[in-house]
Amino acid sequence: MKRSIITCSMFLLTLSWSALCSAGQPIKIGALFSVTGPPSFLGEPERNAAQMVADSINKAGGIKGRPLQLITYDTQGDATKAVQLANKLIKDDKVVAIIGPSTTGETMAVMPVVEKAGIPLISCSAGRKITDPVNKWVFKTAQNDSLAVAKIYEYLQKKKLSKVALLTVSDGFGSSGREQLKAQAAAFGIQVVYDETYGPKDTDMTAQLTKIRGTQAQTLICWGTNPGPAVVARNAKQLGLKMPLFMSHGVSSKKFIDLAGDAAEGIFIPSGKVIVADVLPASDHQKKWLISFVKEYQKLYKVEGDHFAGHAWDAMMILKAALEKGDDTPAAIAANLEKTREFHGIGGSFTYSASDHAGLTKDAFVLVEIKNKDWVLVK
Amino acid sequence: MDLLQQLTQYAFSGLSTGAIYALIGLGFAIIYNATGIINFAQGEFVMLGGMLTYFFQTVVKFPAVPAMLLAVMTATALGAAFERLTIRPLKRPTPLSLVIITIGGSIFIRGISMLIWGKDTHSLPPFSGSEPLTLAGATIMPQHLWIFGITLMVIAANKFFFYFTISGKAMRACSFNRTAASLVGIDVRKMVLLSFAISSAMGAMAGIIIAPLTMTSYDVGVMLGLKGFCAAIIGGMSSGFGTVLGGLLLGLLESFGAGLISSGYKDAIAFIILLLILFIRPQGLFSKAQTERV
Repeated sequence: MKRSIITCSMFLLTLSWSALCSAGQPIKIGALFSVTGPPSFLGEPERNAAQMVADSINKAGGIKGRPLQLITYDTQGDATKAVQLANKLIKDDKVVAIIGPSTTGETMAVMPVVEKAGIPLISCSAGRKITDPVNKWVFKTAQNDSLAVAKIYEYLQKKKLSKVALLTVSDGFGSSGREQLKAQAAAFGIQVVYDETYGPKDTDMTAQLTKIRGTQAQTLICWGTNPGPAVVARNAKQLGLKMPLFMSHGVSSKKFIDLAGDAAEGIFIPSGKVIVADVLPASDHQKKWLISFVKEYQKLYKVEGDHFAGHAWDAMMILKAALEKGDDTPAAIAANLEKTREFHGIGGSFTYSASDHAGLTKDAFVLVEIKNKDWVLVK
Repeated sequence: MDLLQQLTQYAFSGLSTGAIYALIGLGFAIIYNATGIINFAQGEFVMLGGMLTYFFQTVVKFPAVPAMLLAVMTATALGAAFERLTIRPLKRPTPLSLVIITIGGSIFIRGISMLIWGKDTHSLPPFSGSEPLTLAGATIMPQHLWIFGITLMVIAANKFFFYFTISGKAMRACSFNRTAASLVGIDVRKMVLLSFAISSAMGAMAGIIIAPLTMTSYDVGVMLGLKGFCAAIIGGMSSGFGTVLGGLLLGLLESFGAGLISSGYKDAIAFIILLLILFIRPQGLFSKAQTERV
């Protein structure tokens, strides 16, 4: 009997204690990234960058005096897991907003969940379907493939190269790129004369390239993520393919130059601005942020910050701005996210509106050429 | 660019990929013949060959040749340890449990490699220059010549070992009849261990010579392993020319298929052939039908 009284009073004491503390309670933010699994090359830097922003916000005294609590789960690139973990974040952890997931497939799976619960989601994946049609609760920071395609085609049009060969990887990234490359061709007066794919694990693409050499193509556009495009570059050099070679933004990292070696020389890539931060003109609004982001990331994680880390950095910073503008209720956050204007981040300058939750234009990309194992801006 | 020139290029590409498949397939065949096990971890030793060379050459900064030798030696030791720790302790081995063990082993090796070396793809410098050579209108890399040469050498050494040395003959004896082999004083366990060591050395070698062309990462073993398995099946699991021809045939079909039909069917071609062979000629394309082994 006596013991139960003690337990009861202890329990009451704990209750009142937690009630007292609620003034400085942390703001809970959820994060879903595929830190392991096939898309880990996205998820790992994203997690790092998100944690880096959360830590620096907390070090500076939090948001309106309240610390930010970032709860990160690993989806392993699996859409089913992403849905389970999103439910967990919403129901158990009671987060007010979620950033991630890393891939389009996962984001599409999670969207109905956040919509039903009314929790804002800032996705770090690129698929156009995420924000088209606009979903009231869903935003994204990764650039659309269509913008990268437009950047390449704009250049081809200027150089009067109208016949292209496409070689795309047979996974989600490649097929989405292929769709865009074919859809936008007509608008730029470009004719696709060859359209083939390769497997993500293929180790030899000379067969496809030999066929391309026999066509009328004036340029080759290859759409994939490492290591496939590096193999394409090497095979193209082996076959002595003379036409200019364009890669996607999926390989715009130093890793590609390492892998392709000498064969990387002269290849064009539409890229986010991170990798060329130091050679951007001083008038570029993003330059200041880009340089500080790269430095800070390198200090913490010993590697240069890349685009993928940038997506999570943008998501966190945009969310921070929205939280500073108003309440921390999910509805108020979503409304304030929509009011984001000219946020100069890593992926580009974001301006969200009721009809645009992707927020970027093709100026988010620059076209770079690889010269002497480094990036050179193409004017 | 006329058609003939294109066809020559397809043939060269096919042969060079085929030589790699053959080398990996031989690894499968050797273990199968000595033990009746299909070692699905074979692909992982190919990966280990490439990754260990990368590790010794780029991280530890050894010169190329010692790095490769060390990589082959480490992979061989790992192969022997794999047999010693997972296959031998099994009390009553059944084909199914052995297959499951080797698959489990391959997942384990892949996982550990990912933890140690990360998920990045790495490239290795070619053995001798990266200027393409022109042959009858088609181009190949100097590395392709290395692949052909080393594959031929390994096959010759293989032939010599199995037909002209005591250990090789003993291993063949095990493959014909284990009980009889042990009755005439052959240490069957030692032969099994030896077969694992030899095939992991061969796998590692294959991994090393292809890495400068195809690059390497912790997960390259899966597909290469399956293609090698395919080659061995086409060759009827013989540890001689059958598997080599199987590998070359597979490489050629893939290359011509990708060039003339569509590259989308490249992997499908390999697996359709695998199924067809298993349905129609389970003894392999090149061997005469024979009575059931084991």
